[in-house]
Amino acid sequence: MIALSGLHKSFGANRVLRGVDLTVPKGESMVVIGGSGTGKSVLLKCILGLVKPDAGTIRIDGQDAASLDRDAFLARFGMLFQGGALFDSLSVWQNVAFRLLRGPGKRPKAEAREIAIEKLRRVGLKPEVADLFPAELSGGMQKRVGLARAIAAEPEIIFFDEPTTGLDPIMAGVINELIREIVVEMGATAMTITHDMTSVRAIADDVAMLHDGVIQWTGPVKDMDAAPDPYLQQFIHGRAEGPIASVR
Amino acid sequence: MILAPVAAIGRSTLGGLAALGRIAIFLVATIAAMLRPPFYFREFLQALWAIGYNSLPVVALTALFTGGALALQIYEGGARFNASQVVPSIVAIGMVRELGPVLGGLMVAARVASSIAAEIGTMKVTEQIDALVTLSTDPMRYLTVPRVLAATIALPVLVAVGDSIGILGGYLVGTGRLELNAAAYLKTTVDYLTLWDVTSGLIKGAVFGFIVALVGCYFGMNSERGAQGVGRATKSAVVTASVMILATNYLLTELFFSA
Repeated sequence: MIALSGLHKSFGANRVLRGVDLTVPKGESMVVIGGSGTGKSVLLKCILGLVKPDAGTIRIDGQDAASLDRDAFLARFGMLFQGGALFDSLSVWQNVAFRLLRGPGKRPKAEAREIAIEKLRRVGLKPEVADLFPAELSGGMQKRVGLARAIAAEPEIIFFDEPTTGLDPIMAGVINELIREIVVEMGATAMTITHDMTSVRAIADDVAMLHDGVIQWTGPVKDMDAAPDPYLQQFIHGRAEGPIASVR
Repeated sequence: MILAPVAAIGRSTLGGLAALGRIAIFLVATIAAMLRPPFYFREFLQALWAIGYNSLPVVALTALFTGGALALQIYEGGARFNASQVVPSIVAIGMVRELGPVLGGLMVAARVASSIAAEIGTMKVTEQIDALVTLSTDPMRYLTVPRVLAATIALPVLVAVGDSIGILGGYLVGTGRLELNAAAYLKTTVDYLTLWDVTSGLIKGAVFGFIVALVGCYFGMNSERGAQGVGRATKSAVVTASVMILATNYLLTELFFSA
C-alpha cells in the first residue's frame, strides 16, 4: 500500500504540490488524472525519491519511505517513463535486463537474456528485436520495451507515466490492454498518471484528480461519471468552460 | 543607469564563482562515488576507448603541425641572436612541458567534454538518468566515475604520443626545410631534455583529463530541458573546460618550475 500525506513541493515561487493526501491500496490500480503542468509527474518522482518533497510523508506498507534502505526500496518498483527513457547505448535486451545484469540481484548473462526475451514476448515483441538498438524502434515498440524493462525484475509496485502519449489510438489501446493484463497477472500495485480518458477507463480501479496541487476528487472509476465534482466533470468531458481556467 | 555595466560585471562574476563552487561540490561527490563500490569496469573500458583511442588522430595531427611550426619560429627567432642551433632543444622542451599537454588538453576538451556533456545532457532530458536511479543504479558511479577515471588515465598517454609526434614534426621541418643536421638534431633533443620535463607534462595531462571529463559530466548532469538546454550545456562544458585547463596550466607551471 502507498500512503501519501500532506505532500508539498515547490520549485521557486511555483507551488506544485500543496498538500497531497492519497492512498493506493495493495494490488489496486490507481490512475491520477489532471491537466498538463499540474504536478502529476512530480508526484510520482517524489514517491521514487527522484524529487525531494518539501514536506509530508510517503509510506509504503506502513513504513516511512525516507527511513528505508534506498536500494531495497527501489528494487520494489518498476517504472515506465513517458518517452520510454531507454538507454541508447545498450541493445533492447540489455535495456530490459538492466537490473538483472547489475547489483545485488545479478544473474548470469545468458539467463538475464532469456528473461529479457521472455518479457519482450510478454509485451508482444519478437525475439529478433532483442539485439536491435532503441533508435531502430518505432514509438510503440519503444513503449513496449520500456514496459518490459519495468516488469523485468517482477516489482511489487509499477508506475506508468503517460503510457499512451504520442501513440496512435490503436497502439494506445494495445498498451492500455497490456498494462491492465500485466498488472492483474502480477498482482502488482499500479499508479498511472495520464490525461487520456480512454486510458483511465481501461486501466483504473480507482481514479484521483490532481488540481491546484491537491487531490480534488478520488474514488472508484465506476463512480467517476456520476460524481458531482465540477472540476472532475469538466476534465473528463474535456469542456473549455468550467471552474478550471484554460490558458489560451 | 551609470552603474549598469558595473552591475553586469558583478553579476557575471558572481555567476561564474557560483558555477565554480557547484563544480567543486560535484568534484567532491565524484571522488566520494569513486571510493564506494560498485565499479562499472565495462563502462570504464568503453570510456577509455572513446576518450583515449578515438582522440589519437586529432591529438597527433595537432602535435605534428605545432612541432613543425615551432621549429620554424624558433629558427627564425633564434637567427636574430645567431642561435639557430637551439631549435631542437627548444622544440623538445616547448612540446613536452607546455604545448603537448595544453594543446592535447584543449583538443580533448573540444572533442570529449562536448560529447560527454551532449550525451549525458540528452540522457538527462529524456529521463534516462531518472531511469537509471529507478533501476537502483547511481548515475555518478555509472556515468561520471568511469569517464573521469578514463580521461585521467588516457590523457597522459595522449600527451606522450603528442610529445613524440610534435618532436618528430620539429625534426622533419628542421632537417627537411631548415637543413639542420639530422644526427645533431636528435642528439641535441635527447641531451637537453630531462626526465622532469617529460613527467611534469604528463602530470599536467592527467590533471587536464580529469578536468575535461568532470566538467563535461557536470554540465551534462545539470543540462536544462530541450535541444537548447543540451546545446547550452555542451557549449558551457567546452568553454569552462578550456578556461580551467589554461588557468590550471599556469598554476601547475608556477608550482613545478618557479624557483
